[in-house]
Amino acid sequence: MATAPTEIRVTPEIAAEHGLTAEEFARVKQILGREPNITELGIFSVMWSEHCSYKSSKVHLKRLPTRGQLVVQGPGENAGVVDIGDGLVAAFKIESHNHPSYVEPFQGATTGVGGILRDIFTMGARPVAILDSLRFGEITPDKNTTPEQAAKNRRILDGVIRGVGGYGNCFGVPTIGGEVAFEPCYSQNPLVNALALGIARKEDLFFAKAKGVGNPVIYVGAKTGRDGIHGASLLASAEFSEESQQKRPNVQVGDPFMEKLLLEACLEAMETGAVVAIQDMGAAGLTCSTMEMASRGGTGIEVDLAKVPQRETGMTPYEIMLSESQERMLLVAEKGREQEVLRVFKKWGLDAVVVGRVTEGGLARIKNTATIAAEIPAHPLAEEGPVYNRPIAAPAPRVETPEDWFQFAPEGTNLTQNFLKLLTSPAIASKRWITEQYDTSVRTNTLAVPGASDAAVVRIKDPRTNEVKRALALSTDGNGRWCQLNPRVGAMHAVAEAARNVAASGARPMAATNCLNFGSPEKPEVMWQFSEAIDGIAEACTALGTPITGGNVSFYNETLGKSIYPTPVIGVLGILDDPSRVLKVAFCNPGDRIVLLSVVRDGSSKESDDDLRRSFSSGEYTKMLSKRLVGMPPPCDLAAEKRLIDCLVALAAEGVVESAHDISDGGLAVTLAESCFGAEGLGVNIALEDMLPAEHALFCENGARAIVSLAPESLAAVLAIARQYGVAACEIGKVTSGDAFRIEHKGRAVIESSVESLRDAWGNSLERILATK
Amino acid sequence: MKFGVVVFPGSNCDHDAFYAIGNVLKKPVEFIWHQSEDLANCDAIILPGGFSYGDYLRTGAIARFSPVMKSIEKFANSGGLVLGVCNGFQILCEAGLLPGAMMRNSGLRFICRHVYIRVEQTDTPFTNAASKGQILKIPIAHSDGNWNVDESTLASLEKNRQVIFRYTTPDGSNDDAGNPNGAMHNIAGVCNRERNVAGLMPHPERAAELALGSADGLVIFRSMVEALVGAARATA
Repeated sequence: MATAPTEIRVTPEIAAEHGLTAEEFARVKQILGREPNITELGIFSVMWSEHCSYKSSKVHLKRLPTRGQLVVQGPGENAGVVDIGDGLVAAFKIESHNHPSYVEPFQGATTGVGGILRDIFTMGARPVAILDSLRFGEITPDKNTTPEQAAKNRRILDGVIRGVGGYGNCFGVPTIGGEVAFEPCYSQNPLVNALALGIARKEDLFFAKAKGVGNPVIYVGAKTGRDGIHGASLLASAEFSEESQQKRPNVQVGDPFMEKLLLEACLEAMETGAVVAIQDMGAAGLTCSTMEMASRGGTGIEVDLAKVPQRETGMTPYEIMLSESQERMLLVAEKGREQEVLRVFKKWGLDAVVVGRVTEGGLARIKNTATIAAEIPAHPLAEEGPVYNRPIAAPAPRVETPEDWFQFAPEGTNLTQNFLKLLTSPAIASKRWITEQYDTSVRTNTLAVPGASDAAVVRIKDPRTNEVKRALALSTDGNGRWCQLNPRVGAMHAVAEAARNVAASGARPMAATNCLNFGSPEKPEVMWQFSEAIDGIAEACTALGTPITGGNVSFYNETLGKSIYPTPVIGVLGILDDPSRVLKVAFCNPGDRIVLLSVVRDGSSKESDDDLRRSFSSGEYTKMLSKRLVGMPPPCDLAAEKRLIDCLVALAAEGVVESAHDISDGGLAVTLAESCFGAEGLGVNIALEDMLPAEHALFCENGARAIVSLAPESLAAVLAIARQYGVAACEIGKVTSGDAFRIEHKGRAVIESSVESLRDAWGNSLERILATK
Repeated sequence: MKFGVVVFPGSNCDHDAFYAIGNVLKKPVEFIWHQSEDLANCDAIILPGGFSYGDYLRTGAIARFSPVMKSIEKFANSGGLVLGVCNGFQILCEAGLLPGAMMRNSGLRFICRHVYIRVEQTDTPFTNAASKGQILKIPIAHSDGNWNVDESTLASLEKNRQVIFRYTTPDGSNDDAGNPNGAMHNIAGVCNRERNVAGLMPHPERAAELALGSADGLVIFRSMVEALVGAARATA
């Protein structure tokens, strides 16, 4: 058979327009042994796009620890999988949908959530939770942000929130966690990272490996349209310019109802036993699913595009192969049993069509009725794409002098007003306005709604028996400011904080997933940031026993040549053997003692005044006052973090504490206030004997610290457990009945307020800001 | 005694209702597919929450034409117990089995949080195990819960004591302040004139265990069980 005649002859110029370099184009010709036609060129260009091929990140990602006793599936499949006992496994992964969310916030966010949910149920796991990690430009005007920019950022935020909620709410999975942060660098490049968690019985897991020559290949789900063509290669793999709004047609459109049907139909079809392999059509659609299934299975594949259900008439093979229409799956069924599979999809009212078959020999043949639209060896295409070890160069060191760093207020200054202001800053304020737009209780597993505990906690029902044995905790974290100042240390903190949050909910951290949001890999400084961050993540994940099981790299997060702060976002999963032992942040009883747990770093006593001011300058408190990015993140002591984590897990297991809350953004004062807000009619009376300045004691964000509250009679037990883990436990005050929030430093009151006025500042700030049009 | 939970395309609280009845209350329960006209000898039918048919046209507007709805109408007309929760309530309104229609929440946003509702009537099969004036803490999760009806129907509903749940504050002192969605007369749930069909926007199946924040919703399912037990005794 002859190759189909195509209207467009492929020239080096056209290859370049597809984002292929001259070398890559030469490689294409070498693999094919001839010139590609336009469809083949399209296929190569998406498969070898940064988004799909990881060509710039691969060499670095190898340094991440990916193995562990409990890891069932590491990176390389649709999601990572870990063993959670009782014959059950958890599948989880985080992914970005940044560029589409800027171009079209609502649809960008919905399809981000839709994509990660499909990755989970493709593996046979029913999704049970979503978390989303969001970054926006500043939503209030200040010296770096004009009122117009702030208004635009508020609109983007609103669209993204509605999109995340709209998809998860309809699909029927609770959105129960994540974080939101604001920095000017995200103004034209918001970050939308969605994490999904699913549960399966271990023996019911599915993989995306085509097997069995002659087995039918079945297309299921939504019809293919012209939407999203080149979403992966053009939107996700190139930086933004002023024309980016013209890329709106490249954004996919999500249909959560269709996805819900697809979920139920896929899980039911898998139960028949007639499904051999399954792969979702996400980025690069039919191209990626056909090529990767064949490549992983070491087989060939033959597909007839004329049989693919189409939403529009006159679509070319090029368009069908590159469409990123959502809510579609490709599966391989056992030969002779295809009717069993088709019957299930018909029951759910979904298109399901046999479009091809698994073949011998490793060739992917894409037909269009009688002509051949493309013919490519699948394995070289999927696995032998370009790999770049791109140049790395550390940027010129920032020139800072001690004058640039924060000057502590004179001793005895009352800090109540500053504290109130800090509580209203969008980064610190309650995210209730956002999280109430998410269904947090569907599936009746949610043990800790957003904000109730440091991590999102869901109990696990056995998919077959509905029996509840354990719970899982999840937290996502990442601090772009710190990573901009020091990507290695910032990335370590991201892992440490996510793991600490999980431990503060009582769960033992067991595995991690990462979403690496960076600027252009073609800039040596960005590659340096990337490489440093990878080393930081690798070191922290190794030290804390949380191997990376999957994730995603998002490069080209830049607009008009300016990169975002390097923003690795880490999701850590933990397990809680006794679901009744979830630790929450809220104080419980008047008279309970408040204990500060911390691990003092070796040598930290030798820190000079300048070191202190330098690390303090990188926190939220300084940002609020100076609106500048200066200083250094505090050092990250992983051994200390590990001791604190083990200590928190032990305290939860022993049931000796009433509440736990880690100290992070905004420092100790914010931590104490949040623990009051979660309760009714409780305040605190705290006396700090810290020899450092009051502002440092109240607002510094040094890691490896948490507060716990406990009944007086449990004090001895708590101190003994802390000692056992090498954690310093210092009683700093009491939970009081009433409405007084009082903190003394060296005998003088530095914060004195009613809890109610603090609660109002913290609780309603975001709503007030976002109600401004 | 057997409960049936209807599964429409897009139902997403079907498993939760099933779990609350089967695993928490430990009563027999099975799913009923929307295309089935056979109610499988169930004694009570639950229309669960979710987004039937995506709710793209209007909430519940398409689901009410599902084959199963014909059987449910017959079942209801012959006195069978039917409870609609959230989207189930919306479907019952669309089907004309309950009065009223849903508009978008007054704030025009999806809202998910615990709300407080007061049991207004206890002489229904859905509230007989509750005490009059009892306040229940139950979550809502909807965009379209702003229940509306014309004035004369509203007057007759109040007169016939068909308003069975009303939003209120935790201590029951201020109904208006506890209204999350703008529903008329703070109405969270109503029953039909014969009192065997009821719907409410809050999700009692999500408030069936203290571990999840509240077990107040159980009283609704317990009431149904008692009503069924009582009916069985009467016919025995």
